Amino acid sequence: MENLSVLIEAPILLVQLVVGGILIGAIFALVAYGMALVWGVMKIINIAQGEFVMLGGYVVFYLSRAGIPPLAGVPIAAVVMYCVGLALYRIVIFRVVGRDMFTSILATFGISILLQQLANQIFSADIRTVPSTLPSLLFAGGLVTIPEIKLVSFAAALLVGFALIVFLRQTRLGRAIRATAQNDRAARVLGVDTDHVYAMTFAINCAICGAAGGLVAMTWFVQPYLGLTYTLRSFMIVIAAGLGNVPGVIVAGAGLGVVEEAAGFVLGAEYQTAFIFVLLILILIGRNLALARQRRYLK
Amino acid sequence: MKGSRDSVAMAAIGVLGVVAPWVAPTIVTQLAFLWLMILFAITWDMNGGQMGYNSFGNVFFFGIGVYACAVVQRDAGLSYYPGLFVGIGAGALASGAAALILGPAILGIRGQYFAIATLGLTIVAGNLASAWEYIGAASGMATPVYPGAIEYRARFFYFLLFALAALTFVVARTLYRTRVGLAINAIRDDEDKAEAMGLHTSRYKVFMWCVAAMFLGASGGPVGNLVGFIDPQDLAFAGATFGVWMVLMAVLGGKGTLWGPVIGATVFHMTQELFWTYLLGWQRVAMGVLIVVIVVFFPTGILGFAWRRKRPHVGTAKAVADAAVESAR
Repeated sequence: MENLSVLIEAPILLVQLVVGGILIGAIFALVAYGMALVWGVMKIINIAQGEFVMLGGYVVFYLSRAGIPPLAGVPIAAVVMYCVGLALYRIVIFRVVGRDMFTSILATFGISILLQQLANQIFSADIRTVPSTLPSLLFAGGLVTIPEIKLVSFAAALLVGFALIVFLRQTRLGRAIRATAQNDRAARVLGVDTDHVYAMTFAINCAICGAAGGLVAMTWFVQPYLGLTYTLRSFMIVIAAGLGNVPGVIVAGAGLGVVEEAAGFVLGAEYQTAFIFVLLILILIGRNLALARQRRYLK
Repeated sequence: MKGSRDSVAMAAIGVLGVVAPWVAPTIVTQLAFLWLMILFAITWDMNGGQMGYNSFGNVFFFGIGVYACAVVQRDAGLSYYPGLFVGIGAGALASGAAALILGPAILGIRGQYFAIATLGLTIVAGNLASAWEYIGAASGMATPVYPGAIEYRARFFYFLLFALAALTFVVARTLYRTRVGLAINAIRDDEDKAEAMGLHTSRYKVFMWCVAAMFLGASGGPVGNLVGFIDPQDLAFAGATFGVWMVLMAVLGGKGTLWGPVIGATVFHMTQELFWTYLLGWQRVAMGVLIVVIVVFFPTGILGFAWRRKRPHVGTAKAVADAAVESAR
């Protein structure tokens, strides 16, 4: 808690926390957007979301070890994860589309454990970082430091998000995806191959997560057990923003990033994870209270 | 008819449970854990299967019980046996109180949101327990040494866990036959309708959560003492093992049934003890595969599968309809 007084004495540090949080938040928002896509189109809450991020991170890590620059590794990670997603859909996910939520949650939870433990066995539990050659930018006499790599990954996250929105608005497949999200039966009646749409949606989500994972590996680190926090962060963002609300997802992502940075600074790193999950529970309870108020209003 | 068959099965299991430590003295510890698993599966099913509140975090209550008992044993200044039993009681009460306090807020969350909120609950608890000095933080706590002869130690905890599991089963069976059972089944089938019919749904939900929590809390003490060392994230709040197993065992046996969790826990625990050691570090990978396979291909579990197989041979229309309803769950 002594960090709180540091913060009061040097308010300029707040700038650091806010800017840092917003830069992180873009990556959170990207992962959350993928989750919202799968949730909205396939009515599946994908608990394995964070594990896809983790795998994307490992792809970039091993590519950079092989001499490929990390930024070039990010699109490759997306492609690799696209294939993983397609394979997963064809093996497991198509069987749980349309079943009850519990089945899909438990099935994706199983996939998440499977991927996490596979990564632990194959890549070892060591924390891996992708070395970055970019310098840090210093402001306000060195009190505010912003690593350039964070700016780069922020820009990349925005770029991927923008490309995704254009894809959903403009292309034929994107329209089919949106149609299926609105009403899958009507879409089928009108000749949309919903099975194909689901496969593409899931694979695209995996690709997004793969790209985000590459950015995560560049900015921080990868580790087999990193997945669940990303899943729950995306879940929080999606709940706070609502499905299909792009500006909401961006704002919620940035907000979560800032809150998390501040909490990590004030409470200390050992409470940061606990803080995220407490926040999740509070958001869920708060959402529920808001719904209850609406219900009373209807009476 | 069904009642008498139940009694015969219960009596047989009771006799088996009492003689087992002498029949198979080398695996008493594993058998003690079998009863723990059965208790886990039944308590999970009280909420998940019977009430439709699929919790991913019931191991939270187990963890509270483990720590409550260990703290009582350490700080209350009692000798071993009174300390242990007071500790078990304290564990049950602490878990029940936690369920009572958190229940109204968390059980108001529905469906998938509830599942994820409870998933977060265990992780929060595990993280906080790893940071709290009073209960040993990340380095854990050692439980007092069993004062009796070493060969009686495992047997003593075996009977404690056996008694707790049996009690859990009997309480669950009794509750399912009363208004409470009907009420929570109604909540599972359609909560809004149940509420519209005049049921105090949140009262029933919190009550049932408390019952499950108290048994989980009570089981924490013996397990902490049997293992001898409490690790915050590997034993007490072990979401990745116990927390997942609970769900898996109940679904494997057939959730929403009385005997399903018992069968599921037994099959799961035996499989685990027999084959797990051959997997050499790949156990948890296998666990992931197992979850996916069970959930995707056998969502009604062993009992649901058996009932569906039996359907053509059962004569009356009512039995067929019952079996269909059961297997649809």
